[in-house]
Amino acid sequence: MTLLWLILIPFIGGLLCWQAERFGPMPPRWIALGTMLIELLITLGLWFQGEYHLANAGTASEAVRWSMEWRVPWIPRFGIDVHLALDGLSLVLIALTGFLGMLAVLCSWNEIVKRVGFFHLNLLWILGGVVGVFLSIDLFLFFFFWEMMLVPMYFLIALWGHSGSEGRTRIRAATKFFIYTQASGLLMLVSILGLVFVHHANTGEYSFDYATLMQTSLSESTAMWLMLGFFVAFAVKLPVVPVHGWLPDAHAQAPTAGSVDLAGILLKTAAYGMLRFALPLFPDASQAFAPVAMTLGVIGIFYGAILACGQQDMKRLIAYTSIAHMGFVLIGIYAGTELALQGVVLMMVAHAFSAAGLFILSGQLYERLNTRDMRQMGGLWGRLGSLPGFSLCFVAASLGMPGTANFLGEFLILFGSFPVAPGFVVVASFGFVLAAVYSLLLMQRVYFGPAQGEGVFADLDRREYLMMLSLVGLVLLFGLYPQPLLDTTGAAMGEVQRLFGVVSQSTTLLLTGAP
Amino acid sequence: MTLLPWTFLLPLAGTLILSLSRGRLSPRASSVVGVTSVGLAALVAAWVGWRFLASGETSIDMTLWTWVTVGDFRPTIGLHLDGLSLTLMGIITGVGFLIHLFAAWYMQDEAGRLRFFAYMNLFVFSMLLLVLGDNVLLLYLGWEGVGLCSYLLIGYYFETAANGWAAFKAFIITRLGDVFLAIGLFLMFRELGTLDITEILARAPDVWAEGAWQAQVASLLILGGALGKSAQLPLHTWLADAMAGPTPVSALIHAATMVTAGVYLIARLHGVFELAPAVLYLVGVIGALTLLLAGFAALAQTDIKRVLAYSTMSQIGYMFLALGVGAYDAAIFHLMTHAFFKALLFLSAGSVIVCTHHEQDMRRLGGLWRKLPLTYAGFVIGGAALSALPLVSAGFFSKDEILWQELASGHGGLMLAGLVGAFLTSLYTLRLIIGTFHGEPGSDNARHAEPGRGPVHGLPLVVLAVLSTFIGAWIHPPLEGVLPAGPGADAHGAGHTVLGVVAALVSLGGLVVAAWLFLRRQRWLAERVAGGWEARLWWFWNQAWGFDIAYDRLFVRPYRWLVRLLRSDVIDRALLLPAWLSWALHRGLSLTQSGKLRLYATTMAAGATLILLVLVLGG
Repeated sequence: MTLLWLILIPFIGGLLCWQAERFGPMPPRWIALGTMLIELLITLGLWFQGEYHLANAGTASEAVRWSMEWRVPWIPRFGIDVHLALDGLSLVLIALTGFLGMLAVLCSWNEIVKRVGFFHLNLLWILGGVVGVFLSIDLFLFFFFWEMMLVPMYFLIALWGHSGSEGRTRIRAATKFFIYTQASGLLMLVSILGLVFVHHANTGEYSFDYATLMQTSLSESTAMWLMLGFFVAFAVKLPVVPVHGWLPDAHAQAPTAGSVDLAGILLKTAAYGMLRFALPLFPDASQAFAPVAMTLGVIGIFYGAILACGQQDMKRLIAYTSIAHMGFVLIGIYAGTELALQGVVLMMVAHAFSAAGLFILSGQLYERLNTRDMRQMGGLWGRLGSLPGFSLCFVAASLGMPGTANFLGEFLILFGSFPVAPGFVVVASFGFVLAAVYSLLLMQRVYFGPAQGEGVFADLDRREYLMMLSLVGLVLLFGLYPQPLLDTTGAAMGEVQRLFGVVSQSTTLLLTGAP
Repeated sequence: MTLLPWTFLLPLAGTLILSLSRGRLSPRASSVVGVTSVGLAALVAAWVGWRFLASGETSIDMTLWTWVTVGDFRPTIGLHLDGLSLTLMGIITGVGFLIHLFAAWYMQDEAGRLRFFAYMNLFVFSMLLLVLGDNVLLLYLGWEGVGLCSYLLIGYYFETAANGWAAFKAFIITRLGDVFLAIGLFLMFRELGTLDITEILARAPDVWAEGAWQAQVASLLILGGALGKSAQLPLHTWLADAMAGPTPVSALIHAATMVTAGVYLIARLHGVFELAPAVLYLVGVIGALTLLLAGFAALAQTDIKRVLAYSTMSQIGYMFLALGVGAYDAAIFHLMTHAFFKALLFLSAGSVIVCTHHEQDMRRLGGLWRKLPLTYAGFVIGGAALSALPLVSAGFFSKDEILWQELASGHGGLMLAGLVGAFLTSLYTLRLIIGTFHGEPGSDNARHAEPGRGPVHGLPLVVLAVLSTFIGAWIHPPLEGVLPAGPGADAHGAGHTVLGVVAALVSLGGLVVAAWLFLRRQRWLAERVAGGWEARLWWFWNQAWGFDIAYDRLFVRPYRWLVRLLRSDVIDRALLLPAWLSWALHRGLSLTQSGKLRLYATTMAAGATLILLVLVLGG
C-alpha cells in the first residue's frame, strides 16, 4: 500500500496546489514543497527499514525478487494488473525524484509568477508519473505512466517556457518534445502488444506481467524486433543520437524547473527502462545489439560534446552535455558487467545533481541578467557573489573531476566496460578531453575576460545558497563515499547482470575480437 | 603516525574556511588562514617524517575508508608513506609553506587574496593526496585535482581573457595526457585485477613477461600521462603560457611540485616500466629531446618568467633522462634540488616583478643589482644551482649524479645530450641574470625599483637560497628499499671523477662564454639577430620550435571548423524532414482550395477525363 501512496501523493498534492492558488501564490509553493518532502521522507524511511543488498542471496530459479510488492487486478480479461514493485534501483530513483522535485519547486519560487497553482499541478503530476514509471512492473501500467508524464511536461514548456531566437518558440519546442516521445512511445506499445500476443500464442493466456513475460520464448528475429521497439522508445528519451533533437529545444525553452526535471529525472526513466525491460526481457537480442548500442553511445559522447562547444545559449550548451553524458550511460548499460551497471546508477544520480545544478544556476543567471546568450556575458566572476564559485563546482563535476560522483560514475562504467569492449572504452575516454573543452568554454565565456558592464548583481539569497550547497554536498558525498548507494542497488544490478550476462560469454569474444 | 592525514586535512580546512566564509574574511585574515594551514601541515609533515625515519620501517599504510566496493574493484582512500612519498611530502609542505609565505607578500595589494589562498590550499591538499595515495585511483584524484588548481591559478587574473585561455590550454593539454593515464589504469586493472600500487608492483612481474605487449602498452599509457603533466615533448606547449598566473603559483605549481608529478608517477610505477625496457628508453630519449629543445627556447625569451618556464621543462628533461636509464633515485634527488633552486628563482623573479611595478620583460629591466640586493643574491644563488656551479651549488651534485648514471648505464648519447644541455643552461642562466640586473635600466619602472621589505618577503628567499647551495645537497632522500638502485650506484671510480670534472668544465665554460657574449659582445649580438637567418632562428627559438603554430593548424582549427559545421545540429535538421514534408504537402493541398470556381470546374473536368481515359484504355 505504501507503494500506491508513493504514486498518489504527488497527484493529490498537485490537485491541492491547484486549488490553493485562490489563497495567493505562496500556499501552492509550500504545498508542493511539502508534498515532495513527504515523498522523499517516505523513500528514505523505506531505505532505512529495507535490506536491499540481501535480496541478492536468492537463487537463480526465482526469476525476480522484489523488496516490496503490491498487486490488484485491473482488467482481468487481458491479464492487466495494477502491479507495483520496489527494488533498490527504483528506490534510489524515487528518492532522487523526491529530492529533485523539491529543488524544482524551490528554483521556481521567484521565477514562476503566473498561474502558480496550475504550474505546480503540472510539476507534481510529472513527478507522480515518473514515480509510477519507476514502480510499475505491469507493462500496460508502465506504458500508461510513461505516456502520462508527457502531458504535464508539454504544458510546462508550452505555458511557462521561454521563447528563444531563430523561431524557436516554446510552443514549437513543446510540440517537438511531445511528438518525439509520443511517437516512440507508440513503438513501445506495439512491442509490448507483440510480446503479449506471442505469449498468448504460446500459452493461451493474456498477461502483461513482467515476470510472466520474461519467460516467453521468442524466436531470434521476433525478439530483435520487439527489443528494438523498446530500445527506440528509450533511446528517444535518453536521448541517443540521432533521435536527440527534441532535447536541446525542450531544455532551452523550458522553465528552470522543467529543465531540472527533464535532465534530472525524465532522462533517467529511459536508462531505467533499458535496465528494467529492454535488457532482462530480451537478453539475447540485447546482447547481439550491444555493439550497435555502444557505437551509438560513443557517437553521442562526441556529437554532444562537439555541439556543446558550438552553442551560444547557455541552456542549450548544458543540454548537449547531457547527450554526451548519457552516451557513457548507454555504453555502461550494454556492457552489462556489474561494475559498469553500478557505474550507470552512480552516473545517473551524479548527472541528475550536476545537470540540475547547472540548470538552476543558469536560471539564477537569467533572473539577474535577463539573458542566456553567452556572448552577452563574460567577466562576471567578481560581480555575482558566490554564484561563480558554485558554477565552478558543477562545471568541475560535469567534466568528471575526481572527488565528484560524476567521476566515479564515468570511471566505474569505463573500468567495468573495458574487459568487455576495450575498443569502445578507449575511444569513449577521449570524450573526457572534449568534456573539459566544453565545460571550460562555459567558464571562460561566462565568467572570465573583461567585465561587460559596471556594478555587481545580487548575491545568492539564503534559499538559493542552500539549494546549491546541498547539491554540491551530495555530489561530493557520492563522489567520496558512494557505498550506501551502491549497496542499495547492488542486488538489482546483480540481477540485471545475471539476466543479461547468461549469454555474455559468447558475445564477449565477438566484441573484443580477442579472448 | 596517526597524524599523517592532517598533512592534507589542514590545507583542506584552509580551503573550506576560505570558500565558505562568503566574503566575511578580510583579505589580511585570508592570507593568515592560507599561510597558517600550510605552515601547520609542514610541521605535521616534519613530525610524521621524523617519527617515520626513527621507526626504521620501509613503509606505513593507513586506510581511512574504502572508497568503492563492487566485486573485485575495491579502491580505498588509503595512504602509503615510504621514502619516496616522504620526500615529496617534505617538498610540498616545506617549500609550499615558504612559497605561501612569500605569496602573502606578493599578493598584498590584491583584493582577491581569499580566492587565491583557497586555490593554493586546495592545490597543496590535492598534491599531497597524489603522492600519499596507496592506489592509482586516489593518485588519479590528486592528479586531476592539481590540474584543476593549476587551471584556476593560471587564470587567476581573470579580467584578461588571454589568461583564461592560457589556463584553458594548460588544462586541455594535460587532460589529454590524463586520458592516456586513465586508459592505462583500465588496462592495468583488467590485467592485474588490482589498483593498489604495492600490489601492482608485486603482481606485474608475475603476470607479464619482460617485454610483454600489455606491459609495453601500459607503460606507454602511463608515460602519456606523465608527459602531459610534466610538460615534456610533445605535450609541453602549455607550460610557457602557464606563466600568466601569479608568480608564487609558477614557483609552487609550475616549478617545484605539480610539473614534477610525472617524474614521481614513473618512479612510483617503476616496476611496470622495468618490464618494458623499450618504453623506459623512450622516457630517456624524450627527456633528452625536451632538455635540448627547451634549452634553446630559453635562450631566446625576453620575459623572465618564460625563461624560467623553459628552464623548468629542460630540468625535468634531466629527470626523465635519469628515469630512462633506471636511475630513479637520481631523478628524485634532482627533483628535490630543482624544487629548491627553481622555487628560489621564481620567488626572486616575483620579487623583481613587484619591486619594479609589474615589469617582467628583460628589455625593460636591467641595472637592478644595487637596488634589489636580496633579490639579486637569490637570483645568483639560484642561477648558480641551475647552471650546476661546481661544488658550491646543490644543482651540481644532483646533475652530476644523473650524468654519471647515463655513462654507467652505457647510454653515451643521452649523457652527451645532458652535457650539451648543461652548456645551454649556463648560457641562458647568465643571460637572464645579466639582462635583469646588469646594464642600464630599460624603463622608468626599473629605474624606480623599490626593494621588498620585511621577513615575509626575505625569509623564504633566504631559506631557499641556503637550500640551493651545497647544504641542500646534503639532504639525501631516503629512497633505499623503495626504488631500485641506479645502474652506476656501486661503481664510483675514476670514471665518475673524470665526468665530474668534464661536467664542471662544461658548465663553467658556458658561463664564461655567456659572460663574454652578453657583457662584451652585446651590441654585436643585437645586430646579428636584427635580420637575416639569425633573426629567423631567434624567432623560431622564441616560438619554441613552432609547436604552438603546428598544433593550432593540426588540431585547433580543424576542431573549430567541425564545431562550426555541426553547430546547427545537422542530424536534428535531417530528422525534421518529415515535418517539412508534411508542411509542404499541406501547403500544396491548401493551394487547391482557393475558392475559385473556374479552377474547381477545370480540375473536375480534367479529373473526369482522366478517369474515363483510364477506364477506356485500361478496359
